Amino acid sequence: MGKTHEEICTYLSELFPDAGLEYDDAVPCINVPPALIREIALQVRDDAELAFDTLMCLSGVDFGDGTLGVVYHLDSMSLRQKLTLKVTIPVAEACVPTVERVWRIAEWHEREAYDLVGIVFQGHGDLRRILLPEDWEGHPLRKDYQVQEFYNGMKVPY
Amino acid sequence: MGLLSQQYDDGNIVLTSVEGVLNWARLCSLWQMSFGLACCAIEMMAASASHNDIMRFGVLPRPSPRQCDVMIVAGTVTLKMATRVKRLYEQMAEPRYVVSMGSCSNCGGPYWEHGYHVLKGVDRVVPVDVYIPGCPPRPEALLEGWMRLQEKVRDFTIVKEK
Repeated sequence: MGKTHEEICTYLSELFPDAGLEYDDAVPCINVPPALIREIALQVRDDAELAFDTLMCLSGVDFGDGTLGVVYHLDSMSLRQKLTLKVTIPVAEACVPTVERVWRIAEWHEREAYDLVGIVFQGHGDLRRILLPEDWEGHPLRKDYQVQEFYNGMKVPY
Repeated sequence: MGLLSQQYDDGNIVLTSVEGVLNWARLCSLWQMSFGLACCAIEMMAASASHNDIMRFGVLPRPSPRQCDVMIVAGTVTLKMATRVKRLYEQMAEPRYVVSMGSCSNCGGPYWEHGYHVLKGVDRVVPVDVYIPGCPPRPEALLEGWMRLQEKVRDFTIVKEK
């Protein structure tokens, strides 16, 4: 079976010595600085040692302490290994470079994270809401989201 | 008073009122709009299948609101869908009826408190004639609701107020 997260983190740290990649033991994952996520994504996809050809899931998270996160669950079909990357950003600057061109499936996942958590993916070609109506206000999965009183003249609370 | 009770001996002549025969024809051919919103639609489909056979009540699923008499709102009405439901209702020709099937379309169901995107009862956008409780209601419950609707149609007045 493939590499562990710790091994991958050590391997990537040699390639990106200035990135400050952190291995998180609690839930095995690698913390990546937001500015580098696109480069790291290309590296883990194209590196023959890693070959993460599949983005299984891209999730937007509100941690509730003033930070938002994007979590990338990756899978390598050929090497049978998995990897979790995590990006943390402050709510005030909810901006992450897109990985839409790295794994095409990210297009819809990023639209969902934008729709529900309000994370803006820089460079995304078509960043519209995907689930909620286009005239919706706010991002419902934010911890501080307030249910609106009326939507298009329809009362929302019970 | 049943339709055939005032029958002449030779069997070919029946006396009734215009209203009576119109309402009888109408309640025996209530065509439904074929659309479902969530899991209640599965029970609605089961009601249409051979075991329950809602077609014996003269129910035909029609793909266009112009050809429909009844809209069965079967499932969770999201706010996004509510605008569509309202428009479909407006496109139906009168007389038109609405059956609200299941807890979600009755009052929001399990989404009543935390469903930021769910309309808490379809009666906030369209007038409802029959509410069917259940989550989801069994096909028998839908048939019962349908018979209640038929009773409502039987009392419909065209000529004058009763």
